[in-house]
Parts: sequence; structure tokens; C-alpha cells
Amino acid sequence: MSHTPEGLLPASAAAAMAPPPAAKGKRSLQQRRARAAWLLVAPALILLFAVAGWPLLRTLFYSFTNAAMDTPEEYNFVGFANYLDFADGDSFGVLADPLWWQAVGNTLWFTACSVSLELFFGMLLALLMNEKFRGQGLVRAAILVPWAIPTIVTAKMWGWMFHDQYGVINDLLLRVGLIETPLAWIAEPTLSMWAVVIADVWKTVPFMALMLLAALQMIPSDLYEAARVDGATAWQRFRRITLPLIMPAMIVALIFRVMDALRVFDLIYVLTSNSEATISISGYAREQMVSFQEMGVGSAASVLVFMMVAGIAACFLWINRFSHEGKETRE
Amino acid sequence: MKLTRQQRALGAKFWIYLAALVVSMICVFPFYNAILTSLRTGQDLFLTSYLPTTFHWENYVNALGENGVGRSLLNSFLVATVTVGICLLVSITAAFALARVRFRGRKYILFTILCVSMFPQVAVLSGMFELVRFLGLYDSIGSLILSYTTFSLPFTVWVLTTFMRSLPVELEEAAIVDGASLWVIITKVFAPIMGPSLVTTGLLAFIGAWNEFMFALTFIISNENRTVPVAIGMLQGASQYELPWGHIMAASVVVTIPIIVLVLIFQKRIVSGLTAGAVKG
Repeated sequence: MSHTPEGLLPASAAAAMAPPPAAKGKRSLQQRRARAAWLLVAPALILLFAVAGWPLLRTLFYSFTNAAMDTPEEYNFVGFANYLDFADGDSFGVLADPLWWQAVGNTLWFTACSVSLELFFGMLLALLMNEKFRGQGLVRAAILVPWAIPTIVTAKMWGWMFHDQYGVINDLLLRVGLIETPLAWIAEPTLSMWAVVIADVWKTVPFMALMLLAALQMIPSDLYEAARVDGATAWQRFRRITLPLIMPAMIVALIFRVMDALRVFDLIYVLTSNSEATISISGYAREQMVSFQEMGVGSAASVLVFMMVAGIAACFLWINRFSHEGKETRE
Repeated sequence: MKLTRQQRALGAKFWIYLAALVVSMICVFPFYNAILTSLRTGQDLFLTSYLPTTFHWENYVNALGENGVGRSLLNSFLVATVTVGICLLVSITAAFALARVRFRGRKYILFTILCVSMFPQVAVLSGMFELVRFLGLYDSIGSLILSYTTFSLPFTVWVLTTFMRSLPVELEEAAIVDGASLWVIITKVFAPIMGPSLVTTGLLAFIGAWNEFMFALTFIISNENRTVPVAIGMLQGASQYELPWGHIMAASVVVTIPIIVLVLIFQKRIVSGLTAGAVKG
């Protein structure tokens, strides 16, 4: 407020800003505004609790029951049996299911591969878009296309391109001579995860690139000029100027993408029909719940998904805060 | 061989243009390929050729009519519009309070909203299923409006809050000094200039709702209430191993074109909306 030039304020404002009464009036105004703020936030908070908080609590509740999907009203409490149970020297529950651990492995592998590839290609693309050249608008429009295409359509399009007999990918690879016989991208367990990763990277690199580009554009250009005068190479300029300055934005974009990749479901469900080699933890939980009608087991798996994602998010936030603190002390 | 400065600049330009060309081709090719396939029928489908060979529109007619994708388009449009409308309405006031008023608990609310926008949808699936059944919304598009609010609302609040924060303080101060109440400030001062941000936020939320798959797959069982992603995901041929690729690609093109057109029209806004949520957050 104090920075406002007086001339810009109406006369009544200048009078109201006279020091002693204003200070008193401001405090009560502040208090009134704070009270009103709660009223303004209330509808959103109530709605959010109804559609997110409450269902989450009920999922937790159901994870301790043996409810079935068609009759959710009839249930018995079974304690932790849906998570892990021992009977007759055998173990049961989600945590004893090899498929669950397969799904955990798949999800982590998918997340690590696709997010690191996205970061790499996203960075290259952002650096390209940061250059000035003719037809830049066209390229920007082109890179928005993958982002705009619905995930299910992406899955179908790539499913067709990966088709073992008539797919374009095999055709191109054969023509170039990289492979001698067509590959069964979708059916082959070792290849199917790569098919999923490739489709996901294609779809999400634009998002990453736009995030990084926004950060790149905020770097003042005189920094580069100074570095150039000092004889820094292109790699040194990137390593010493670009990277540190876009780091905060990069971490945020990374968190967004990791959270998104960890809950992957639709791409895998449609592209590889939830096959064992590619099933994700979300896919596993939904399969228990809907395909096998086991609401209790499915809920337990959902809770585990939630805890896993929340744990990874907490790690990220902790790292982020840590790096922020480091920055503050340096300043 | 030593290159002159000019030659080096020319070389750099060449690589930039080459990279731009390759990037654009990779981005657009899968969709181009889908269009090619959608225009082919019968044996032509299995021709791997990179230029259009035939122009058969039957696939489109078939996809929209017989396969009910036309009906699904309407459902998707309805669900996405109503969801976004509700979310925007509730978010405007919340975003104003969160962006412009300092009050205790503000940070916690913002943090909670951010967390909700990131959590996996499957975590609320069974609880939401119970709620949907309890409200008698199972197998109706009402169930989708309810469940889409789970992820749309935190998103709209978050993005609108970052937009509101970027508006100049003077705007509000003048109104406060003139004795305007909060309600008047929101409706008379902020609402009129929020137009562009509302369009951007609404558009992004609309795309999110349009693309949603898991809830739509779980809560809708009848063909006529399906949304577009499920309708496309469920397109089956005569046998399980004989997918009608021509129809699938035609349907895919039909549902993607409106979104691509919207995105290209609002390009600049969308980019600013996408990055506003993250870079400043």
C-alpha cells in the first residue's frame, strides 16, 4: 500500500490513509475480511469434503470389511485380512499377492522410465522453443496436439501403430533395417511396457516442455551475454546458468508428472488390456473391485495405492523444502 | 577447417529448423496416421502407406451412428460442461479469499487442495461408488458430474487462485477505500476482469473432464449413457481379435477434433494457464 503513488488514489482514499485512524480501521477491516474469507471458502471446502474426503474415509472403512461390489450394505469386519492374513501356514491378502508386487514394480518402472525420458526430451524441446526462428508458432501448435488428444485416443492410435502385422512402427523399423522380422509390441511382455512408455512420453513431453519453457523465458538474457563475454561454452552456460535457474520450476513439473504417472490407469487399460506385464497399481485395485467384485480387497489395494503415492509425494516435498531452505541461507 | 561467424550462425539455423521439423512431424504423425486409417475400408486398412489412398466416409457414418459415438459426444459435452460450471461457480469466491485475504489456515487450505488435486482417483473409487449408489445416480451421467468434481474442483480453485494473485492490489484498495463490501468487490470489481482467466481455467478443466476414463468406465454400464472415452475404449469388432480399426480411428478423429480446434484457438491462454498453476505454485 505504501508504494502507491498518492496521485493515483482518489481524494477520499488519501484522507482515509492518514496514519492513526487508518491503522486502527485497517486492523478491524482485516479481521472482518478474515471472517468473510471463511464464508467464501466454505462452499468449496464442503463440496471438496463431500466428493473427496468422505469417499476416501469410506474407502478406508471398506478396506477392513469383506463387502462385495453388488451388495455394499452387507459386510463383516475382517480386520487387516484384506491387507495380509495368515491361515494354515499360508498367507493371503493384497500384500501376499504376487500380482500386487508385479503391479508395484510395473508402476515404479513406468514412472521412472517415462518421467526421466520426458524430462530429457522436454528439456530439448524447451531449449528449441526458446530459440527464435520463423514458423515458431506452427511448432508450438504442433506440440500442443499430443497434449490435447484424449488419453484413450492416444492409446488406440498407438495400439494401431504398434500393430504387429499392419502397424506403422514395424513398417518403419523394417524399412530402415533396424529389425528383420516384425515385433509383437503389445503381446510380447518385455516390449509391451516400452510400448506404454513410448505412448506416454509422446503424450506428455509437451506439458513438460511448456513448463520448462516458461521457466527459461524468465531468465534474463544479459546473464548469457556476460557468460559469453567470459568465454563460457554452450554446455557451461547451460550447466551453470540455465539449470540452476530453472531448477525450482523443474522440480515442480517433475512432482506433477510423477504424481500423474503413479496413478496411470487408462493408457495401460486400453493399450495393453491390463496385461500382467503392464498392469499398474490403480489397475490392480480396480480389477479387484470391479472385475472380481471384491470391494473389501479392492479398497485395501486402493488404500495402499494412496499411501504409496502420498509417501512419494511427501518425499518430494521434503526434498523441495530442503533445497528451498538451502537457497534462502545462500541469499 | 575454420568456419566464419556467419557460416556458424547459418549452420545453427539449419539444425534448429531441422529439429523443429522433426519435432512437429513426430507430434502430428500419429494423428495424421489415424486420419489416414479412418478414410480406408476393407483390405485397404492393412496397407501401410503414408499418403491417402482412398476417401471412404463410411467409417465416420458408422462410428457416429451405429456405434453410438454421436450419443456419447453429447453425454461427454453435458457432463464436462455441468462439472466445469459448478466448479467455477464455487471456486471464484474461494479463489478470491485464498488469493486476496490473509487469514489463518489459508496455507493449510491451499496445501489440502493441492494434495487432493494430486491424489490417485482409485483411492476414492469404492467410497464414491457407495455415494453414487446412495444418491441413486448409478448408471446415470449424474454420477460422473459428482465424481468429476473430485479432481476438477481442486484444479479450478488452484489455478484461479494463482490468476487472482497476479491482479494488481490497487484495484481492490480503491474499492475498499470507497467502502465496498467483499461481495461487491468480488462481483463488481473482480468478476468482470476475471473473464479471460475463467475461460482458460474452464477450458483446462473441461479437457480434464472430457478425457476422464476410470469413473466413466466404472459408474456407467448402459451404452446410451457412456461418455466418449469409454465408447471408444469399448468399440469391438465381430470377434475379440478383429478390432474394427477403421471405425475406431474415425471415432477417435471425431472426438479429438473439437478439442484440438479449441486448443489451437486458445493456444496462448492454455499455455499460460498450464504454467500458472505450476511455475508460481
